[in-house]
Amino acid sequence: MSNLMPLILEHLMIVLIAASISVVIGVVLGILSYWMNYLDKAILWTAEIIQTIPNLALLAILMILFGLGNVTIIAALVLYALLPIVRNTYIGLKSVPIYLKDAARGMGMSKLQRLMKVELPLSFPLIFSGIKIAVVNSLSIAVMGVLIGAGGLGYPIYRGIQTNSMERILIGAIPVVLMALLLDYLMTKVEKRLVHKGSVN
Amino acid sequence: MIKFENVSKSYGESKVLKGLSFQIKQGDFVVLIGPSGCGKTTTLKTINRLIQPDSGKILIDGKDSAQLNPVELRRSIGYVIQQIGLFPNMTVEENIAVVPKLLNYPKEKWQPIVKELLTLVGMPYEENAHKYPSELSGGQQQRIGVLRALAASPPIVLMDEPFGALDPITRESLQEEVRRIQKKLKKTIVFVTHDMDEALKMADVIVFMSGGKILQMASPEEMLQHPADPLISEFMGKHRSALSVNAAMSAAEFMKTRVLKAARSMQTLQSIELMRNRDVNSMIVLNDDDTYAGTVSLDTIKSHGKAGRAIGEFMETTVPTVNLKEDARDTFEKLYTSPAGYVVVLNDDMTVAGLITKTSMAKAMGDALWGEMIS
Repeated sequence: MSNLMPLILEHLMIVLIAASISVVIGVVLGILSYWMNYLDKAILWTAEIIQTIPNLALLAILMILFGLGNVTIIAALVLYALLPIVRNTYIGLKSVPIYLKDAARGMGMSKLQRLMKVELPLSFPLIFSGIKIAVVNSLSIAVMGVLIGAGGLGYPIYRGIQTNSMERILIGAIPVVLMALLLDYLMTKVEKRLVHKGSVN
Repeated sequence: MIKFENVSKSYGESKVLKGLSFQIKQGDFVVLIGPSGCGKTTTLKTINRLIQPDSGKILIDGKDSAQLNPVELRRSIGYVIQQIGLFPNMTVEENIAVVPKLLNYPKEKWQPIVKELLTLVGMPYEENAHKYPSELSGGQQQRIGVLRALAASPPIVLMDEPFGALDPITRESLQEEVRRIQKKLKKTIVFVTHDMDEALKMADVIVFMSGGKILQMASPEEMLQHPADPLISEFMGKHRSALSVNAAMSAAEFMKTRVLKAARSMQTLQSIELMRNRDVNSMIVLNDDDTYAGTVSLDTIKSHGKAGRAIGEFMETTVPTVNLKEDARDTFEKLYTSPAGYVVVLNDDMTVAGLITKTSMAKAMGDALWGEMIS
């Protein structure tokens, strides 16, 4: 067990770094597709197409670009996480009621002020649930990292497969499942606290 | 002062505004009214440039609004919308302070404004400032909506059907509050509604629009007395007849004409049967030449009548009669003193025209006051 802890931490690290990067890129892309009507289809389609590329193929392509190691798996996770985040940001911003956007405009808010003061705060619950989906997905996809020489819990699982050892597979898989459940639980709690009062009713 | 000069706007083929020209004086409460699709909301939104006109000019205090920065212009004009539109992610205090904050007022300046405004509508600061909109009732929310529009002391406030979604009682109290605030703070208010009651109650000037044009712009009094178009009279229908209550009304307008009549020679049992069938307890007795003779009720037949006697022998003549053209007020007095609770209305040749009962009188008064009622 003692040599499992560094693997768990590394796994978590990979996922969290990837998540942070994808949140930044995803929300920005979501805002851009909301602002620029002609861009929204292109951005959402691209994110969807990325989502359909098989893990193995995407890793292989990225490996050519980034070589072996954690950077490649992080890049892959970022790409996979984009769709739920971009889409939820876009839908969230779109679904802020027209009358609130009108009110904000009528009060004399600039486009950026409307976004920061009204539209983003109101679509936050949806954006956050997109992030949650992305993080939980990333935890399991990150296991694939072992194929391109990245660290994390993919290693014990891979060894387990090679040695036909169920025990080893479980030693790798169970922490992944537990982390996924724990993160989902924690993020749901945070979500509820944030949504508590200031929601559109 | 707001001045429209030949302002037009179309969406594709449909012309929403057709060359509007009019002026709104400083400090006036102006109500834009008309059937839906008449362009009243569009007109309102061109003032703060939420909608850009295709042609024409809108001058605000002499300045062409198209030359002003739209964002700054909107900060200097209050805006209240029908859906209230409080920002649900902000507290009451933050909502009211939206525009002052956009104008970079320091907290020492905007917080006293919030307190003062909340006091103005009787919502104490301590209790309400830190609530979220969802914790308030609809009426309270729209009070905050109005306060938000007033917070940066704009000289002009635009209100787009602000009370349309409220229940009648709340609406009435908010109407009074807004009128009071307007008088106190001397704002120019442009107010859109489709409710003539509201327009008559609030307006200094009513602008009646239809099909993107102004049909009439006048004071409520003037518009009631001299509506410039049949559509306006129709819109004001019930209010105009309320005026005509003062005009001479005659007994004829209050009477019901379906009354039970019988010749004086009719016999007791037959007349009882007739009254029972019609579910009434009295009827009018006529002479042979159809002129009015008297009345007879079930009670009198029971106490005086024997089977086989003619009703003419014991009919009563105490029920007051009025002529068809008798003044409504005199008729009303007779009705009130009538022992039988009704009066008989006679034509000039003394034949019976109808009856006025307390019910028919009340219904006719109701119709006159509130428009034709469902009977």
